This record gives sequence, C-alpha cells and structure tokens, in this order.
Amino acid sequence: MMITFMNSSDSEEEACNERTSLISVESPPAASYQDGLQAPEAAETQTYRKRHTGGSCSPSDADSGNSDSGLPVRDIAVDNKEEELTLKYGAKHVIMLFVPVTLCMIVVVATIKSVRFYTEKNGQLIYTPFSEDTPSVGQRLLNSVLNTIIMISVIIVMTVFLVVLYKYRCYKFIHGWLILSSLMLLFLFTYIYLGEVLKTYNVAMDYLTLFFVIWNFGAVGMICIHWKGPLHLQQAYLIMISALMALVFIKYLPEWSAWVILGAISIYDLIAVLCPRGPLRMLVETAQERNEPIFPALIYSSAMVWTVGMAKQDAASRGLTQQTWDSAEDVRDIHDNPAYVESEISEARSPAPTHPTTSLLEELEEEERGVKLGLGDFIFYSVLVGKAAATASGDWNTTLACFVAILIGLCLTLLLLAVFKKALPALPISITFGLVFYFSTDNLVRPFMDTLASHQLYI
Amino acid sequence: MTLAVFFGCTFIAFGPALGLFLFTVLRDPLRIIILIAGAFFWLVSLLLSSLVWFIAVKASDPGDEPLQKGLLIFGVLFSVLLQEAFRFLYYKLLRKAIEGLVALSEDGCSPISIQQMAYVAGLGFGLMSGAFSMINLLVDALGPGTVGIHGDSQLYFLTSAFMTMVMIFLHTFWGILFFHGCETQRWWEMAAVILTHLIVSGSTFWNPLYVGSLVPSYLLMFATAAWAYVLSGGCTQNLLQSLRGQQSETSPQPGS
Repeated sequence: MMITFMNSSDSEEEACNERTSLISVESPPAASYQDGLQAPEAAETQTYRKRHTGGSCSPSDADSGNSDSGLPVRDIAVDNKEEELTLKYGAKHVIMLFVPVTLCMIVVVATIKSVRFYTEKNGQLIYTPFSEDTPSVGQRLLNSVLNTIIMISVIIVMTVFLVVLYKYRCYKFIHGWLILSSLMLLFLFTYIYLGEVLKTYNVAMDYLTLFFVIWNFGAVGMICIHWKGPLHLQQAYLIMISALMALVFIKYLPEWSAWVILGAISIYDLIAVLCPRGPLRMLVETAQERNEPIFPALIYSSAMVWTVGMAKQDAASRGLTQQTWDSAEDVRDIHDNPAYVESEISEARSPAPTHPTTSLLEELEEEERGVKLGLGDFIFYSVLVGKAAATASGDWNTTLACFVAILIGLCLTLLLLAVFKKALPALPISITFGLVFYFSTDNLVRPFMDTLASHQLYI
Repeated sequence: MTLAVFFGCTFIAFGPALGLFLFTVLRDPLRIIILIAGAFFWLVSLLLSSLVWFIAVKASDPGDEPLQKGLLIFGVLFSVLLQEAFRFLYYKLLRKAIEGLVALSEDGCSPISIQQMAYVAGLGFGLMSGAFSMINLLVDALGPGTVGIHGDSQLYFLTSAFMTMVMIFLHTFWGILFFHGCETQRWWEMAAVILTHLIVSGSTFWNPLYVGSLVPSYLLMFATAAWAYVLSGGCTQNLLQSLRGQQSETSPQPGS
C-alpha cells in the first residue's frame, strides 16, 4: 500500500496503514483469539506461543499445555527461563531494530546532502494542494494545516479500505495492489534516483547498462519481498524502498506541511493502533485470529523465521538454517486452502509436538525471537531526519540530535512492547522526541554552539 | 582544508573513542543502549542550558560586549553544572535498571555491573559532546578556505581535534569517578569531577593561547585516567604485566 504518483494519477498513497505498528513476533494472541479457538493445531500454537511470552502466561495455560501435557514441570521451568530470556533478548531486539533504522536514515541523509534534486522544490503532491508560497505567516500556517487534513484523510480512507478488503478476504486485490506499488517503487523510483545520483557525480551510463541494472535490481527485489529470499536481502530491499519513499516525501512535501503532517501522523498512529475500533488494530487482530502473517511488503521483520515449509518434518530435524519468509506463500494459499495454511503455520511454529526433542525446541526458541516494525515507521523516521538534514541551518548537530532522539524513542517503545506484549504504535514517542529536538536544537542549541565554536570554548 | 585535514582531524578527535566503542561496546547490545541513552542525557542537558543562555541573551542588550561575554561565561559554567547534574540523574536511572535486571535474571546477578555502566555512560556523554563540538568543523574542513586568514590561529582545526579527543577521554573517566563516588557515598569524588570539569572548560577561555588550555587539560586527563584505573581495581603490577603481554591469575576479571 505504498506509493504515490506525485504528478500523475490514480494510484493511491498508502504509506502508513498498518505499516506504522510495532509488534513482537512472539506477542500473545489477542483476547478473542485466546478464547475462541477450537482447532487443536491452533491450540498447540497458542500454548507454544504463550510459552514464549514468559511472565504473562497464566499458570493454567502453562500447566495444561495439551501437546506436552506429559511434561508440566518442564513447562514451568521453561516459563521462568523464558521470562529471563525475553528480557535478555530484549536488548538484542532493540539493536536488531536500531541497525536498519540507522541504515535507512544514513541512506536518506547521505542522499539529501549530496544529491541536489531532493532538496529542490519542483511542485507538490496532489494530496497537498495548498501552496506555502504566501507572504503572511497566518495564511501559510492555515495552508499547511489544510494540507495535513487532506493528507491524513487520504491515509485514513486508504487504511480503512485496506482493512475492509482484508476482512472480506479479497486477498487477490490486496496482493495486486501491493505488487503494483512495489513495482512502482522498485523500478520507477529507483530509475529516478539512479538518474539523479549519476547526474550529481557526472557519471555517464548508457541505456543498456541502465536497463540491465534496474531490471535486475527490481526483479530480485520483487522476488525477495513478495516471495522468498534470504532474510538479509529482503531486509536490505525493505530498507531501500523505505528510503526511496522517504526521499519522495522530503522532496514533495512543503516545509511547514511536512512538520504538521509528521505530528498528525503520530497522533493518527496512536489512535489507529490503540483504539478498539482503530483500523490498524483491527488489521493486526484479524491477522492474528486467522493465524496469518501480515503482508511481507509492509513489515520489516528482524527475526529469523523458522519455516518448516510445507509440513516437511525432516527439514526441521535436519536443522536448516536457511531463513526465509514464507508468508507470501501463505497469503496466496489462504484463498485456496485455509485449513492447510493453519496447519502449516502450526507446523512452522510448533513442531515440538511431533518432535519433542529438547535441542530442537531450544533451537526454535533461539530462532523465533524477533520484532517487527512497519515500513511506515521507517519512512517517517527517515522523513524527519532527512528534513532536519535538508532544512536545518544548524546542519549536522540538528540531524544528529534528531537521530539520537528517534533511537531513544524507539528504545522506549520497545520497552513498552516488552511490558505490554501487544501491537504498539511506533511513531508517537519517536516522532515527538524528534520534533522537540529538531526545533529546540535548531533554535536554541545552534546559536549557543556557534558562539562557543567561534570562541573555541568547550563545555 | 582538504581531505587530508578532514581525515586527520576526524581520526585525532574520534579515533580513540571509536576504538573503545568497537572493542568494548559493540559486542553487547545492552551497552550500546546505555551508550545511546547516555548521549541522549547529555543532549538534554545541553538543550536546557542552551535554553537558559538563549533567554538570558534575548533579555539583554546585544550591543553590550562585556555583558555578552559575561553571559557566555555564565552559560558555559551553567552548562557544566547541568551536565554533571544529568550525569547524576543518569546514575539514578541506571541504578534502577540494574535492580530490574537483577530481578529478572535467573542467577540473581545482573548481566552488567555498575562499573561497566559507568564506563559506557561516560563514553556516551563524551561521544555526544565531541560530536557536537567537532562535526560541524569537520564538514567545514572538507570545503574550500584558508584557516586563520583574518589573523586567527592557523591551528584551529588541529587544536579543536585534540581538545575534542581529550574531552571524550575526560568524560569517560569522569563517568567512572562520578559513579564510583555515588556508589560509595564519597562526595568528594563527585566534587572533584565537577571541579575538574569546571577547570577544563574554564581553561578553554585561554584559547587561542593553546598552551593554556591543552596542556592543563591533558595533564588533568592523565591524572583522572590514573585515578579511574585505580578505582576500577587496577594496579601498577597489572599494568606492567599487560604491557608485557602476560596473563596474571590475580588480575580482576574483565567480565561483570
């Protein structure tokens, strides 16, 4: 649900529907899921998942682990160990998210600082029709607020549309939409980006080479994101498309509108993920109810997902270390065979019932931990830092301050995730810190540091 | 003003800190988080002190030179005090965090000790302080220009790089000293940290008379380094043995 064509057309812009939520892979099922499941495989999954969430397990569930009911003592011991593992792995999860967020920001800031194209004003998106070229401050503020209202309404409409499609199982439509938008990002925007970078460094490239490079980049990207691919390659592609999208926003959003939109988006994220009728929350809950992973093209996953494939028991016992994200297959199969997918997922997540070997269980415990972050979060973090790099007169200090603020916000969000163990909005805290630090560093710290530097004073 | 100056100054200013980061912090995710949180705390202290200075400047007459100079001195001193106050606040936060980590661990001891946290926190403070002082200068060093063309010192970039390096080291050692003082309730250690910080910042008022600022700062840096080393459990015997590349069975374990 990404993209947006700026100057032309029809394609909707859906940069942040359910992308802006932060969920942990091992988060416990929502209340409805807990109560309503009848299928034994699903119950196995539930027990297995709950075993991984440590302290939040209720004793009755832990004791009545149906598949491992012969080993209740081990369940309790595993529970206590799980609690400690959860927090020990907590710091690791934070770093697993720090790295891609940092990489995305580095790409965006490096591009902004070197390629002039992304800081030139060349028109605006159709979603922000009001121009900010007015002389009076009040008029400019009004225009930016109106732009924000329009943009947020577009996003709300798109999100609700997506949730409705998902609820009524129009998977082919959603899939087609996602594929179309990734095509646009991976081919068109990459072509524009590559063109501008070549122009900046005055490097000539013939069309044949260009076609070859872009074709390979785009095709491999489509395969990695929507089908299978090595985890790191998929993560790299997701980072790149987030950076491209962020660059588009930085270029085409007018100054003040960008800041107001950032603020409004965090408030929207908060409401959409936490309110009971919020679209993003409904999307996550529906996905958890149906035991399906949410679309891979919208989520960055830091975990190594253990896929046992199509119920291949020998693969699990062989101890494969290939990490692939099989969800695209699930999404395709769902339409055909829901029951099959459920059992496949339960196989994937809990082969323990069929292979009650301790070592395999521990291996799976190691592999399945991870956190997921929506791509919209990457995009808006990078928009904030990129805008700080593009427009702040205090230059690098402001960018650095915003970077640290966003990382700390992410850290706090992950801490809350470890405490509450359900999908949380990742934007509000980070964007709030980022905005506060941007404006205060630009207006307060910059004059102070400049004066100190001119006298070569050190504090 | 070329790439040579840029790389030279970067590595002078940040080389040792980068080495410390790569070899001691990078492996452990918890330490990375403590480092970045330390940087954040320093940033907040800078923000508040800039706010105070900004208000004072805006409320005063911009044409009055001695007053502006006085306000700047006040700003520097206030910023130093606020940084140390935030170091204390960070110590309190880390103490609580250690209690949480201990409660959640299976063998009753935290995966990281308060001494390690002190070191990492000090390094975080130092890195952020150095970055804010130096990065804009480094970017300027990449561009064209002649240093000191209006009669200022030609050694501006070089001395700034050296000053940044010594500040990063000092922050690291101050972190260790300060946390140790808080842990063992020795107020005079904390007072010593605040005093040396004030002395170092005050000595930079001698710039561009670099002898007056760099030499005392480096001397103080070596003194605090020795003190922090002794407080962390080192002794001359260990030092000599490590220099000779020997292992001693009585040496303190580097783990928690």
